[in-house]
Amino acid sequence: MTVVATTTWRGAPDRRIRRLPRLLAGLTDGRTTGLNVHERSYGPVPLPADTGRGRAARAKASRLIDVVERSGLTGRGGAGFPTGRKLRSVAAGPGPAVVVANGAEGEPASRKDRLLLSRAPHLVMDGISLAAFAVGATQAYLAVHDDDPRLMASLEAAAQSRTVAGIDQVPIQIVGIEGRYVASEQTAIVQHINGGPGLPTFTPPRTHERGVANRPTALNNVETLAHLALIARYGDNWFREVGLPSAPGSTLVTVSGAVGRPGVYEIELGTPIGEVLMLAGGPVERPQAVLVGGYFGTWLEAETAWPVPMSHAALRSVGGAMGAGILIVLPESSCGLAETARVIRYLADETAGQCGPCMFGLPALADALADLAYHGGRGDAAARIAGLIPLIEGRGACRHPDGATQLAVSALSAFRHDARWHDEHGPCFGIRHEPLLPIPGDVEYW
Amino acid sequence: MSQHLRVNPIMCTGHGMCAELLPEFIRLDPWGYPIIPAEPVPDELRGLARRAAAACPTLALLIDQRRD
Amino acid sequence: MSMSMSLNGPGLWYVTRAAGLITLVLLTLSLVLGILNASRFTSYRLPRFLVQGLHRNVSLLALVFLALHVGTTVIDSYTSIGIQDAVVPFLSPYKRWWLGLGAIASDTMIAVAISSLARQVIGHRLWRAIHWAGYLCWPVAIAHGLGTGTDHGRTWVLALTFSCIGAVVLSAIYRAVQLIPARGLVR
Repeated sequence: MTVVATTTWRGAPDRRIRRLPRLLAGLTDGRTTGLNVHERSYGPVPLPADTGRGRAARAKASRLIDVVERSGLTGRGGAGFPTGRKLRSVAAGPGPAVVVANGAEGEPASRKDRLLLSRAPHLVMDGISLAAFAVGATQAYLAVHDDDPRLMASLEAAAQSRTVAGIDQVPIQIVGIEGRYVASEQTAIVQHINGGPGLPTFTPPRTHERGVANRPTALNNVETLAHLALIARYGDNWFREVGLPSAPGSTLVTVSGAVGRPGVYEIELGTPIGEVLMLAGGPVERPQAVLVGGYFGTWLEAETAWPVPMSHAALRSVGGAMGAGILIVLPESSCGLAETARVIRYLADETAGQCGPCMFGLPALADALADLAYHGGRGDAAARIAGLIPLIEGRGACRHPDGATQLAVSALSAFRHDARWHDEHGPCFGIRHEPLLPIPGDVEYW
Repeated sequence: MSQHLRVNPIMCTGHGMCAELLPEFIRLDPWGYPIIPAEPVPDELRGLARRAAAACPTLALLIDQRRD
Repeated sequence: MSMSMSLNGPGLWYVTRAAGLITLVLLTLSLVLGILNASRFTSYRLPRFLVQGLHRNVSLLALVFLALHVGTTVIDSYTSIGIQDAVVPFLSPYKRWWLGLGAIASDTMIAVAISSLARQVIGHRLWRAIHWAGYLCWPVAIAHGLGTGTDHGRTWVLALTFSCIGAVVLSAIYRAVQLIPARGLVR
């Protein structure tokens, strides 16, 4: 299912050197890359001998953060926040810090974190170690979903082999997170580690100020930390050799839906969506629309999406969002409204149940969308949906309701002709198409 | 200094006491939860706003004093 | 008829007993209003904040009569009950257990009152814990009244006590019934 591939950036024809893969370069077919192979491919993790809180060590740590800042690395978990800035603010916080790696990939349509953790765990763990050194952390955690005991066992073994080899100054503790969608949210993970329920909390205070055990906590996606592991070895200029000046580096994307070879691919930031889809085997049928960014992302019509570069800024400019690099292709024969209705129903079932507007608003939104998709709307479904959006958006403690409303709004925009048709004539034949967007618990989940 | 209201959505259980005391500023959504405008509280309602925050059964209504 | 209100003699004792009964009635009323408020009772004439305000004021009034009840008991030289017995239970040899219950009830009432006045300072969770302990206060007060009181031979006093019990039982049933269909809404 998962495929490793490379791409050369066709925009620069005189530089046909092999610049990718980077993260996926050390992968051996189908097996976890062990510590020895990892060190042979990339070299040992560049941690100084003295990683304590003395002035010399802190100065080196500060220089490492400088490199990260100059590299322009941004978070690969979806928000795209500058990683150097986050590390800097955690390092500046009072007392010893904590590093948390978020490998709990809550998005059903995303597979990249799972790929990294199962095949290149040492790259991620190098990143955790380096981040711990950079911010002066005395505790480090790697959070993964607890529904895969084999993965957890393999990660424990990897962490153990590093401890035995004396690589990590701060031992990495593997933490199992509940499989719920909201449990992989930043504040939910922190609350879980603190011994509370794995549910989002109301901020302030923000995690980087007071997180685990009330200490400044650097919480990063595992892919971000994997990039950090390479930047520390090869430098910021190297990182910037691919991608765009405004969006440097490479990133992992998960492509699925009606394409020839669904899977995880490593691309340069700024690669047009169409090119990424061709990399994944191209559409198997005439594409109608692309869901970009996952279930908290946006639908874009296929013609609009095709030339758009994969970067946060470019996607924002067309009213979209890159999210965690997820692309799902919807073919013409499918019904976008029906797919969206199913996803919103899933998101409604997955609320933490803590905030009224989300707890009640999302089911109402799901009902209205299902009405429109499967029963034709009776002429007022679109209006009902439009009325519900401002009652849900921004009124929860976390971004769960906002993600759902963003998806719903983008569906009504990208499928506006369909919406009008459904309203007048009832459901289209597309609702009979095999569902493409994976819902955990459904039989057809891949 | 302007006074702003905000609600902790986790603590709020939709009692609606705030909307009763401050109907000029706070409305309830169809599920009984308060809709708090982002604008500052009008001067003449400041006292009532403080009373509404004190009356909230779960202390979910919060007052922010912001320097403009 | 002359009724001496001197410190010697039964005059003050009448005040004690009257104040005690009034405290019990007010405490019952406060409990009923509190239950109504928690069950989100609202009507056009009695909106939520009014029920809440009544609950608060009735509770404070109950404290006033409690002070009167305890104060007259202590200064009354007819009995040997001192100020310490008002606060620490089971010290006094006079009807030791029933009187002790009274001390427990009044200590609880005062704790609930202070925590409620300082609610915004101590935060919701601590306030709620103390308030729930306060539920204990009412049955203890009823028991104290029945055990210590010298009037329960009189019909109207018994009727009053049972009316209080009835009112609380009805409120509890109302609350329980109301909770059943709304289960999805109550966290």
